[in-house]
Amino acid sequence: MIPSDPKQVTQICFDRIRIPDQRRLEVARANGAYSFLPTVLNEFNSEQIIEEVKKSGLRGRGGAGFPTGLKWSFVPRNTGKPTYLLCNADEGEPGTFKDRDIMRYDPHLLIEGMIMAGYALGVRDAYIYIRGEFVAEARVLNEAIAEAYAANLLGENILGSGYSMHLTVHRGAGAYICGEETALIESLEGKPGRPRFKPPFPAVEGFYRCPTVVNNVETLSTIPAILKHGGDWHAAIGAPNSAGCKIFSVSGHVNRPGNYEVPMGTPLKTLIEDYCGGLKRGTVPKAIIPGGSSAPWLTSEHYELPLTFDDLVKAGSMLGSGAIIVMDETADVIKIARRLSHFYAHESCGQCTPCREGTGWLERLMIRLEAGKARASDIEVLRDAAEHMAGRTICALADGAAAPVLSMLKHFPEEVRARVVEKAA
Amino acid sequence: MTMNEAPRFSEERLQEIQALVARYPGPQSALLPVLHMAQEDFGYLSLDVQKYVAEVLGLTLIQVREVVTFYTMFREQPCGKYLMEVCTNASCMLNGADELVRHMCDKLGIKVGETTPDGMFTVTEVECAGACSGAPVVQINNVYHENVDAAYIDAFIEKASKEDAA
Ligand SMILES: Cc1cc2nc3c(=O)[nH]c(=O)nc-3n(C[C@H](O)[C@H](O)[C@H](O)COP(=O)(O)O)c2cc1C
Repeated sequence: MIPSDPKQVTQICFDRIRIPDQRRLEVARANGAYSFLPTVLNEFNSEQIIEEVKKSGLRGRGGAGFPTGLKWSFVPRNTGKPTYLLCNADEGEPGTFKDRDIMRYDPHLLIEGMIMAGYALGVRDAYIYIRGEFVAEARVLNEAIAEAYAANLLGENILGSGYSMHLTVHRGAGAYICGEETALIESLEGKPGRPRFKPPFPAVEGFYRCPTVVNNVETLSTIPAILKHGGDWHAAIGAPNSAGCKIFSVSGHVNRPGNYEVPMGTPLKTLIEDYCGGLKRGTVPKAIIPGGSSAPWLTSEHYELPLTFDDLVKAGSMLGSGAIIVMDETADVIKIARRLSHFYAHESCGQCTPCREGTGWLERLMIRLEAGKARASDIEVLRDAAEHMAGRTICALADGAAAPVLSMLKHFPEEVRARVVEKAA
Repeated sequence: MTMNEAPRFSEERLQEIQALVARYPGPQSALLPVLHMAQEDFGYLSLDVQKYVAEVLGLTLIQVREVVTFYTMFREQPCGKYLMEVCTNASCMLNGADELVRHMCDKLGIKVGETTPDGMFTVTEVECAGACSGAPVVQINNVYHENVDAAYIDAFIEKASKEDAA
C-alpha cells in the first residue's frame, strides 16, 4: 500500500511489483487494483482529473519530461472527431528496461491508468504500442486485458458508469525511431515510422489526423495513485519541479543491475552504492550515461548529483528515460561511443539529410578512431559533424547520435589523442 | 509450405485478421500485426507472401514492401531453425557481448548473419533488447535469455542439436 503521507512514499509504480501473480486480475484486485476506479468514473469529471494531474507536477517518463496535465489540456474538445490514447511501450532507448517490468508483473496498473486517462480525455479507442521483441510481455498484457474485459473493466459501459473504452495491444517490429511519438503514430497507421513535422502536435492532429495523446507506460501507471491520493500529495513527493518517484534502469558495471524506483532527488551515488551494490571495480565510475544512450555523459565529478530533471540539465545532460549505464575504470569509452554511433546510423529513418548522412559519418570516423587509424583532422571532422547534426532535424534522434561522440571528445580527450595516428601511413 | 504452393492463411487466421482490422480506424493499421502472423505461419516474408498480405488487407504491394524493408524484425530470407540474436549495444558490450558473439561464431563455424549449413543456427547482432539488467541478452526465436555466457550457449546448442537428431 502506498502511504498517504507523501513524506513516507518511496515508490509508486513498483508498489505491488513483487507480489506473486500480480498480473492476474483476481490477485491485483485483492491488492487494491481498480478499487478507486468506480469513484473516478462516477464522481470525477474530465476537468477535475486534468486539474489534479496538473497539480501533481507529473512530467512524462518517456524521455522528454513534458508536464502530463498540460499535454492533456491541449486536446481540443468537441471537434466531432474521436480522440485517441496511445501508450508508448516501445522501450527502445538503449539502457531502458523499466516499462517491461510494469507490463509483465503489474499489467493491471497500466490498464487502470489508461482507463482513467481515457475517461479524462473522452477516448473510446486506446492502444498500447509495444516493441515487437516483447512477445512475452505482449502476451501478459493481452491476457490481462481479456480478464479486464470479462470483468467489465474495459469495453462498453464500464462498471455501469456509461463510459466505454476499448484497448488493443499493437506490436512494433524492430525500429527504435518508432518510440518517437509521431513515428509511433505513423507506425500504428501501418507505415514506416518516419517522424512528422510538429506542429501540428499530436494532441491536435495525431492518429488518423485526430486528436491524440501519447504517454509512456510509467507516466500512465502513475495516474491511479495521483487520482486516489490527490495532485497535492504527488507534488509533495520527490523534489521541486521533479515531483514523484522515478524508476531508474541501472546497467553496465554495477554489482546488482536492475530497476529501482526511488523518490526524485535521490543522489546518483546513493542509487549506485546502496541499491545497485556499488561498482564492479574501483570506487568512482569512469563515465555514466544518465538518461538513456541519447543523454550526454557524466563523469565522477557528478557522482553525488541529485537525480532531478533540473540537476541533470545543469550538469549538461538530461534525465531522459531514467536509464543509467555505468562504466567503471575498465571501460573502453571509444569502443562504447563507436558502438552507439553504429546504433544511431542503423536506426536513423533517413528522411532528414543531417541525420541520415551525419550518423553514417560519425560511425565511419568512430570505426577509424577505434582501430587507431584516425588522424587529428578526422577528429575535427568528427566534432564538426556531430555539432552540426543536433537541432537540425525533424526529431531528436540526431541529437542523441551526437551525444556519445561529443561526450567522448569532451571528457576523454587524452584517450582520443592517444588513439590518433600522428601521420598518415 | 512447399516451394511452389501459393501462401494461404488458415481459416482461423483469416477470422483473426478480420477481427483485428475492426479494431482500427483503417485496415492499413493491421499491416504490422498481419506481417508478424505471416512470418510466423510461412517462416519468412517472400515476395509472394508480401503480395498475398497486400491482397488480404486491400493494400498495394509497395505499401507492404515499404514496411517490410523498414522494420528489422521482418525477414525476406529464411533463417535457421534457431535464430540467435545477440544484443551488442552498450550495456551488453560492457558485459562481454562481443566475446560471446565471437564464441558462438567460432563454435558454429559461421560469421555474424550466416546460418550453419545444416540449417539449424543463425547468429545475428541486434540493437538494445530492453533487458539490460540481464546483459548480455540473447533472443532465441523471440524468447529472451539473460546473463548468457559461453557455457550457457554451448549447452543450448548441444541440447538443440540432440533434439533435432532424435
Ligand atoms: C528517437 C526517439 C525515441 C523515443 N523512444 C521512446 C520510447 O521508446 N518510449 C517512450 O515512452 N518515449 C520515447 N520517446 C519520447 C516520445 O517521443 C514522447 O515524448 C513520449 O512518449 C511522451 O510520453 P510522456 O510524456 O509520458 O513521456 C522517444 C523520442 C525520440 C526522439
